[in-house]
Amino acid sequence: MATKTTVPFNGTAEQEKRLHEVIDAHRSDPGALMPVLQQAQEIYGYLPIEVQKIISNEMEIPLEKIYGVVTFYAQFSLYPKGKYNISVCLGTACYVKGSGDIYDKLQEILGIGDGECTADGRFSLEACRCIGACGLAPVLTVNEDVYGRLTTDKVKEILDKYE
Amino acid sequence: MADINVKINGIPVTVPKGTTILEAAHTAGIDIPTFCYMKEINEIGACRICMVEINEGRGFRLVASCVYPLNVDNAEIRTNSPKVMDSRRKTLELILSTHDKKCLSCVRSGNCELQALCNEMGIDHEDVYEGEKPVYEIDNSAVHMYRDNNKCILCRRCVAVCEKWQGVGVIGANERGFKTFIGSAFEMGLGETSCVSCGQCIAVCPVGALSEKDYTDAVFKAIADDSKYVIVQTAPAVRAALGEEFGYPIGTNVEGKMAAALHRLGFDNVFDTDWGADLTIMEEANEFLDRFQNGGKLPMMTSCSPGWVKYCEHYFPDLIDNLSSCKSPHQMLGAMAKTYYAEKIGKDPKDIVVVSVMPCTAKKFECQRDDQNAAGVPDVDYVLTTRELARMIRRAGIKFTALPDEDFDNPLGLSSGAGDIFGATGGVMEAALRTAYCKLTGKEDEIVEFKEIRGTDGIKRAEIDINGTKIRVAVASGLANAGELLKRVQSGEEKVDFIEIMACPGGCVNGGGQPQQPASVRNFEDLRVLRAKALYDEDANKELRLSHLNEDVKKLYEEYLGRPGGHKSHKTLHTSYVKRSVN
Repeated sequence: MATKTTVPFNGTAEQEKRLHEVIDAHRSDPGALMPVLQQAQEIYGYLPIEVQKIISNEMEIPLEKIYGVVTFYAQFSLYPKGKYNISVCLGTACYVKGSGDIYDKLQEILGIGDGECTADGRFSLEACRCIGACGLAPVLTVNEDVYGRLTTDKVKEILDKYE
Repeated sequence: MADINVKINGIPVTVPKGTTILEAAHTAGIDIPTFCYMKEINEIGACRICMVEINEGRGFRLVASCVYPLNVDNAEIRTNSPKVMDSRRKTLELILSTHDKKCLSCVRSGNCELQALCNEMGIDHEDVYEGEKPVYEIDNSAVHMYRDNNKCILCRRCVAVCEKWQGVGVIGANERGFKTFIGSAFEMGLGETSCVSCGQCIAVCPVGALSEKDYTDAVFKAIADDSKYVIVQTAPAVRAALGEEFGYPIGTNVEGKMAAALHRLGFDNVFDTDWGADLTIMEEANEFLDRFQNGGKLPMMTSCSPGWVKYCEHYFPDLIDNLSSCKSPHQMLGAMAKTYYAEKIGKDPKDIVVVSVMPCTAKKFECQRDDQNAAGVPDVDYVLTTRELARMIRRAGIKFTALPDEDFDNPLGLSSGAGDIFGATGGVMEAALRTAYCKLTGKEDEIVEFKEIRGTDGIKRAEIDINGTKIRVAVASGLANAGELLKRVQSGEEKVDFIEIMACPGGCVNGGGQPQQPASVRNFEDLRVLRAKALYDEDANKELRLSHLNEDVKKLYEEYLGRPGGHKSHKTLHTSYVKRSVN
């Protein structure tokens, strides 16, 4: 079950204006919710409750229906990307080398689940499939930095570099 | 449309082209089990329990019978072949693999569509697939109900009825695949959403995932407490459906046995909400004529249905001044029980417990609202649904079918036919118009029926001409219909003076607190029609059919209230509303 994000919403008036333009452009189309959500995510980077409520009010679609669609499709995110986005490879090679444990350890330390972001906006966490560095398995990336041959006791050390 | 001939299990059947296999089989006397399918509500063909084999010339294949239209002449259908049985059993086993199988303590045990089908299909091993099971917290955030997703089979009937019939849509399917669950946006508890408490989701749930908050223990306790004087009252629609819990055909009026059962349960007084309905008419007809003749806020909208009132507050907050300020009938009766009647019997209102048996779950919310406490204590202490009353009767070992017919107690038990029909869509309006007619014409005892506003159409309209005074009325049931009507009123497309709205489709007879009928019944019988008939028949057979001629209500005004709409009425029988937001 997903949890409510605690990252404060920092949408700008400019973003909201663009969202209204998108909604206006699709208002009369049948099945307009998907393209509106896709473009809303492009504008904000994610789809928090504040954005979904605007869409709900404007398009007269119940908030729950929108939330149902957002949580159904993997392409939509309820959480922003953190300043540092951690991506753990759960591809076959990394997984058999124990990346699942690394991933669990990160969730434990950061207190967030898959696709979520810490309340201070510093770290976000996601799983990925094979980044082509199987020789270094298990692998994770923090933004552009790559860390390989990991063990669970190295996780804290890596995070400390980004405090 | 042209007829086609098909064979179902070798039986020749002729049906109009386009008929679904499920319906065609029904005409041939063959039942096909369904879970997700509910006629006019949920027609998504998703659960696959109704699979049958069909050969339309290219060999037999499995299809979902609930949504598969018959378009090919001479098609052959098998509803119980080994392949069909195997498919059905597999689907059941997969549902059971994540189902919380605590049948012994389940409120729906004995009345559960899943349990019944497992029994029919001879499921002898309920743990065929052992593996990960999702575990959900029970949502008890709403005033009126629980959601236990551990028992949910994801049929989505609740989702469909909430969105399509009620136009509310605060529940839906979140996440996907194994993680899918029914809930609200951003994991809000139902109590945090703009749920209107109508309980239609509970009424359509095939299993024990949704249930009302049960107050039967609290009521038993109150009855056993010698320091409490416990009064019970029953809504009009309860008598039209309670019998279903005890094996009577749908639409049997069991008023007499119900009163007898309530006496035997040990209530100190058994009163009739129909009396409260007559009192409501006195106040509401007066309020309408006052608004109509003196330039008050129109259209006036009825306020008897608490699900509708809450819907109005959330979704049409700008219209709350159009709501009649009258309390609903059972709140009026409760208010009079703790003031007028309390004085009569020399009791402190604090020692009186009023229990309302209602076809409704929103009444559980209503009795806890502010401004519903004429005597400084809540007008009504506990609201039980029709289902909860049936549970109490069974638990107390009362053999319902063997009971004699008994009457309600006086002086809050006498009612007119106008009060009886409050339980069906159009009934409140008709009762009010009957009295308004008499008041406007001065013919105090002329009974005029308003048949144009009866029946189960979602929106009904009529223009009533009373001695040259034209009153434009509209009646809606089901909140999606209400929303449609109100949008037209707001835009000025629809000019109306008086609007009756009941939250549940067909009115209280089809309320969210009424006995649950399985899909196998609801797909082929219209509960709204059958139960409403019981009330209209009762009205037609009564001599007293006008609220303002109810002697006990008249006496109440003479002895206590003064006149309708007077100072004391306003203090005790009227209430106020609040604007709410949509979530």
